[in-house]
Amino acid sequence: MASSRSVTASLQRTLVRRNPIRVTTQVSRRCFQTNSILTRPRTGLKCLPQERAFSVSVPRRLADSNDGFDPKSIDRESDEVDVCIIGGGPAGLSAAIRLKQLANEAGNEDFRVLLLEKAGEIGAHILSGAVIEPTAINELIPDWLAEDNESRFEHATPATGDKMRFLTKSSAIPIPAPPQMNNHGNYIVSLNQFTKWLGDSAEEVGVEVYPGFAASEVLYKPDGSVKGVATNDLGISRQGKPKDNFERGMEFHARITLFAEGCHGSLTKRIIKKFDLRSESQPQTYGLGIKEVWEVQPEKFQKGQVVHSLGYPLPADTYGGGWMYHFGDNLVSIGLVVGLDYPNPWLSPYGEFQKMKHHPLYKSVLEGGKCISYGARALNEGGFQSIPKVAFPGGALIGDTAGFLNVPKIKGTHTAMKSGMLAAEATWTALGNTDSGTIFLYDYEDALRKSSIWKELKAVRNMRPSFHSPLKLYGGIMYSGLEAYILRGKVPWTLKHKGTDYAATKPADQCTKIEYEKPDGKISFDILTSVSRTGTNHEEDQPVHLQVKDWEKHAQMEWPKYKGIENRFCPAGVYEYVEDEAKDIGVRFQINAQNCIHCKTCDIKVPDQDINWQTPQGGEGPKYFMT
Amino acid sequence: MSALRILVPVKRVIDYAVKPRVNKAQTAIETAGVKHSMNPFDELSIEESVRIREKKSYAGGVEEIIALSIGPPKSVDVLRTAMAMGADRSIFVEVKDGEEVEPLAVGKIIRRLVEKEKINMVMCGKQSIDDDSGQTGQIVAGLMGWGAATQASKVSFGEGGVSVEKEVDGGTETVRSQLPMVITTDLRLNEPRYASLPNIMKAKKKKIDKITAEELGVSLEKRLKTLKVIEPPPRKGGGKVEDVDGMIAKLKELGAI
Repeated sequence: MASSRSVTASLQRTLVRRNPIRVTTQVSRRCFQTNSILTRPRTGLKCLPQERAFSVSVPRRLADSNDGFDPKSIDRESDEVDVCIIGGGPAGLSAAIRLKQLANEAGNEDFRVLLLEKAGEIGAHILSGAVIEPTAINELIPDWLAEDNESRFEHATPATGDKMRFLTKSSAIPIPAPPQMNNHGNYIVSLNQFTKWLGDSAEEVGVEVYPGFAASEVLYKPDGSVKGVATNDLGISRQGKPKDNFERGMEFHARITLFAEGCHGSLTKRIIKKFDLRSESQPQTYGLGIKEVWEVQPEKFQKGQVVHSLGYPLPADTYGGGWMYHFGDNLVSIGLVVGLDYPNPWLSPYGEFQKMKHHPLYKSVLEGGKCISYGARALNEGGFQSIPKVAFPGGALIGDTAGFLNVPKIKGTHTAMKSGMLAAEATWTALGNTDSGTIFLYDYEDALRKSSIWKELKAVRNMRPSFHSPLKLYGGIMYSGLEAYILRGKVPWTLKHKGTDYAATKPADQCTKIEYEKPDGKISFDILTSVSRTGTNHEEDQPVHLQVKDWEKHAQMEWPKYKGIENRFCPAGVYEYVEDEAKDIGVRFQINAQNCIHCKTCDIKVPDQDINWQTPQGGEGPKYFMT
Repeated sequence: MSALRILVPVKRVIDYAVKPRVNKAQTAIETAGVKHSMNPFDELSIEESVRIREKKSYAGGVEEIIALSIGPPKSVDVLRTAMAMGADRSIFVEVKDGEEVEPLAVGKIIRRLVEKEKINMVMCGKQSIDDDSGQTGQIVAGLMGWGAATQASKVSFGEGGVSVEKEVDGGTETVRSQLPMVITTDLRLNEPRYASLPNIMKAKKKKIDKITAEELGVSLEKRLKTLKVIEPPPRKGGGKVEDVDGMIAKLKELGAI
């Protein structure tokens, strides 16, 4: 709950404190500030040099303006747990619940499962359509909907009808939906609500859930296996210097660490690189899902209706489609997924989404209603070909961070949850077999290959890559139709992905510029209004978490070729090229990190891959509502 | 001199960064499923109490910092944060989910607890960001017959008593009072610390005493009825005038001169 940092006026105060090493008494060193007082203007501060404890005085260097306290020199407090899970989404929570279920059954009440989540509360960073297949939750918590279960999930809307449409600018042509997309027996939920409920269920079985703490570093043992993670240091200023309210992060050591960071996780990125987990699979490809939740007029509401569309507004060379689900109490979830391998740098997924809402199919439902929520998140489209090795010494990847989304079904929640449960079972067995030493979850890799996840992903593996042929969208629809109705994946060939998403971008001068209409404020909105609906906020005075080494160099590299593609692919208006006559290219690159909604698109799509998404202080970011 | 026993009331409110929406019935703000946090002004109160103890500002020392919350069951989260920031223990007065407690009732509950726990300083936020009443601190002082220093931007202890710099229109005003007293906190008082994870984990072991309003002999009866809650009208555009004559004509048109 670090809320009022940016609200309170920043009259800095120097507080002389003692006893800084153990964070137990909540004191942090302040004395070092005397060095920087000489270089940075402060208002009315006096640090009393005679009260500085020698043991923590920083060695003085002459005239070094950067001299200051190095936060890394303080030891971190650490805690030993049995299993540490990074990420409180469906996969992480399912793994946690399953582990505690197994432990409680075996009578081991003291088995410690600790879950860290960067959002201020569980579910706050979760966003999805969503129509979920209940296979995994039925297995995990069989009475999740039972009337007599007091702590049942109360907000599931059964899907009643499926509609599939091909859109042109003004019409909606019905097309047959592939059998995989039949939603009979599935539920429309707000995944944000569902995850919150899962979080409560996890606490009930005894999982230690800590929202508001971001794991920012992976810790390794001398033999190279994963030892655990460390959380962010809090209270570091934009220049990287500790502030008054500096708090050192904390370490968690566990025999198994499960990473459930969701699509394109920041720690997962480093682990995949370190253990070379993609040596035998294709690179992951992604899509960006942008959605809004509307409260519509009762006469337009059709509870349980599931609508999917292809075609307009996206051009033929761009994969993607829209959705509209009626759920809850006069609520409609509406959104657009755009494949991030789109070649035209002038395309703006946000702009396309606003365009789509004006199509009669959607406008007829939204008119007269009120938009109550907005958000966006990258999702996996790589499917079977892009599944990396998921187990490594000391840990494993579960859920979307590995990538089990079934693209034609556009469902990934059930596979994410199932993978979490399989990893939990493998972990439990492994921990029971050996008392010490590094664990490698062979059982998890095995179980995955024998499970329904593998079967269903294998069956649909050729559908998404078929959109890369010269026939583009139309070829993709035709081939996918063939696969869906007849072939069902039982073919000897496996189509490859064309390449990585960022490499697919063509230079701006080779593509047609797309002009987007001004938002009308009733159906379509400007990006800043939308961002305000996410409830996102970040402490301004912290290091920019979208790490670009040199903003100038970046601008000089990217602007001439792509003319500001970052400004167009970010659904939160974080990146800007501001007119600046002083620069020879005429613009200045600016990162408004405060607006970030943690969708990870920039890390995926930036053509020269020089934006590194790192987690900001815990508890920050969007505060999604009903997404 | 006797040690300070500080009572810090904290409130669970909708997080300040969330856009509030009016519910369908137009009777209140939508709270279901919305992120809640501790009222930012209450964070300042906890931080100030902990600093008084750490800096040893008061000669008699701080004996106990007790956090208090009156609200629905989820308010214990806010109490845990308060204890993670440094409060020693908490008292929780549970009310039904959705039931609003008015400042007068809050003041009366605080009075009972002050008597029960022998509190000599009540440090609360100047207002809560959901109802913006700004009355609780003053009501407590009135009920107890204590001095109240509101909108404090600086608190110091000395020979003559407790000196408080208050924020007033046009600057600051310094008042001085003897204990026992009420102080309400304002933004410039301090910058609250982050509740670090080790402290949150330790706070799980600290005590929360549950008590009901009936046991304290306070009725939660409401004296105010909310008739309607509506969003403010959307901002209308302004007009531009060419010169001073244009402005005078426009003002005459609007009947202002």
